[in-house]
Amino acid sequence: MTFSRRRFLQRSAIASTTLIAAPAIFRSGAFGAENPIVIGSLHDQSGPIAASGTPMVYALQLAVDEINAGGGLLGRPLKVIHYDTQSNIQMYSQFAQQLAVKDKVDVVHGGITSASREAVRPTFDRFKVLYFYNVLYEGGVCDRNTFCTGTTPAQTVEKLVPSAMKKAGKKAYIIAADYNYGQITAKWMTKYVKDNGGEVLSTDFFPLDVTNFGTTISKIQAAKPDLILSALVGGNHTAFYRQWTSAGMKGKIPIASTTFGLVNEPTTLDAAESDSILGAYGYFEELTTPASKSFVEKIKKAHPDSPYVSELAACTYEGVMLWAAGVKKAASIDRMKVIAALEDGIAFDGPSGKVTLDKPTHHTTRNAFLAEVKDRKWSVLESYSDVKPADTASVCDLVKNPNDTKQYIINL
Amino acid sequence: MAIYLIVALDVLNGISSLFLLCLGLAIIFGMMKIINLAHGEFIMLGAYATVISANAGVNIWIAMLVVAPLFVGLVGLVIERCLIRFLYGRLVDSMLATWGLSLLIIGIVTTIYGNTQQGVPTPLGGFSIGSYQSSYYTLFLAGMAVVMMAVVYSVMSYTRFGLIARATMQNPAMAATLGVNPARVYMSTFAVGAAITGLAGGLLAPVSGITPGMGGAYVAKAFMTVVGGGAAILSGTMSAASLFGAVNQVGAFFTTPVYGEVLVFTAAIVLIRLLPRGISGRFFKGNL
Repeated sequence: MTFSRRRFLQRSAIASTTLIAAPAIFRSGAFGAENPIVIGSLHDQSGPIAASGTPMVYALQLAVDEINAGGGLLGRPLKVIHYDTQSNIQMYSQFAQQLAVKDKVDVVHGGITSASREAVRPTFDRFKVLYFYNVLYEGGVCDRNTFCTGTTPAQTVEKLVPSAMKKAGKKAYIIAADYNYGQITAKWMTKYVKDNGGEVLSTDFFPLDVTNFGTTISKIQAAKPDLILSALVGGNHTAFYRQWTSAGMKGKIPIASTTFGLVNEPTTLDAAESDSILGAYGYFEELTTPASKSFVEKIKKAHPDSPYVSELAACTYEGVMLWAAGVKKAASIDRMKVIAALEDGIAFDGPSGKVTLDKPTHHTTRNAFLAEVKDRKWSVLESYSDVKPADTASVCDLVKNPNDTKQYIINL
Repeated sequence: MAIYLIVALDVLNGISSLFLLCLGLAIIFGMMKIINLAHGEFIMLGAYATVISANAGVNIWIAMLVVAPLFVGLVGLVIERCLIRFLYGRLVDSMLATWGLSLLIIGIVTTIYGNTQQGVPTPLGGFSIGSYQSSYYTLFLAGMAVVMMAVVYSVMSYTRFGLIARATMQNPAMAATLGVNPARVYMSTFAVGAAITGLAGGLLAPVSGITPGMGGAYVAKAFMTVVGGGAAILSGTMSAASLFGAVNQVGAFFTTPVYGEVLVFTAAIVLIRLLPRGISGRFFKGNL
């Protein structure tokens, strides 16, 4: 076959017309009723934060599968476009743009660290893409386009500190990671210690690459506190619990933590190192309610090697379900209509119990739980129902200021 | 009174762990001028070897003192044969290659064991001085630092292997004319350096949080100490480790851990400004 210029031009013309027309043909639904509602997902599945991100992706997928099994939303199936952000903030910015501009998603669930959230939130504001952040954090985000479904200090630290003080005594020593989460959480700890008539002997911050806690352990002994409050973060900081035990301090001064056991510390540390550490979160894998049991079962069945199913996974699942309830109520995926519906008292009964979206703050009213590590597992001691996000509520009112988009630093 | 003893123990702990962490690097960098940016990952491999064999039922002491150095030494040997031997005398290329190597090792370990924490409990218990508690493990680490120093010193000064190694490092061409095969000396020296680093990883395993990325926390300080120490492997590394370890621990005790870190880096900058060739470039010239 000869390849003449004329034939080449003809073919190119046909090919390019088809290509250009293709989106129109596909979009019009001429080829079946596909026309999915698209959910963007930004979670770390590699790098240091992967152990947190991996179960979140599982939970998101579980929620989407369940919705699809029930016939989808508004008669349309859901489709997830997921990017592994590799524990890298630059990847967050890049993929957020991609989700908004190229993939044109209808909603985004994702972000783990506060830094990653603040990297992508402005992008979704600018491109008008609805955003869900399903992680416990320091509180204060006030943005009508963003919903924060995780717990904030007023929901967990507020419960943790008094119970720990009741058990141990009034004098506390705070150790925390040296970045915004640790700094702000330490302030909350100080506030609640003082509110409960206690005293903070000292607050020490640790850069994330500190591995030797010998002097800190000596300083703690010199200060003689009744209680240690820890907001240490990451693998290097786990060394603290090891060195604490090896110095024979375990059991002499009780420890309560806002971060311990969020990933899998109880299962990897020795029982001697982790026993009787107190923690408070919005969800524990060990909760025995039927909803919680079936949630954990489903995740473990689909992913037998899943890391600990913590608040992060439960909130992600609940976040997707809350969003779906909003879409159903709005009967539309138009962003403003969905936001209006979500603000209209949407609630969902999830693995952690009843979760209600709070209109003025776009945070959640949810249950909180206090637990203690026992034999490498959390044993839930107490539950508190319908705890309000009082911290964010003290600075944020989206009813009065709907155009607000900032994160307030809550002055204590 | 007791508090001073405890602080002294902390300082001892800081110095001995820093020395153990740096010794392998000092041998590799000091003798062969290979900047091994995968040093942190060698430590991580040592820690993993310890944790995995200990959890599989191997006695913890054997896991730390035998399995970890043997395993990492073997890994070092393979790496030297496959990669490093092409890079002697190419300082910048060796940095790039070993950096890539470090990413590769992290990737492999993550793929096999996942990204989560691993651990073994600390052997030995605690003891008390007055009303303070400290751990026997601290003393054990200090003891190991002394033992390693003695071993390296005697091997280098009194054995045929040490003599040949020192000769090769000083002048490879001359050593070759005298019948030594420099390639083989480099190979074994690199493997020994890796094994010592693996031992350090194994020794620190019970008191660290072990993840595939843990090496990152050690590599900067290790290099700082080796460069600060200068050319003499033992006296240089020991003096720099003493200086930085003490500054870090005392600083952290009297101020905060944040300033403890800041003070170490400040001390390193000042030291390199005053003694560009490291401590041993001025004070222990010609020593080991």
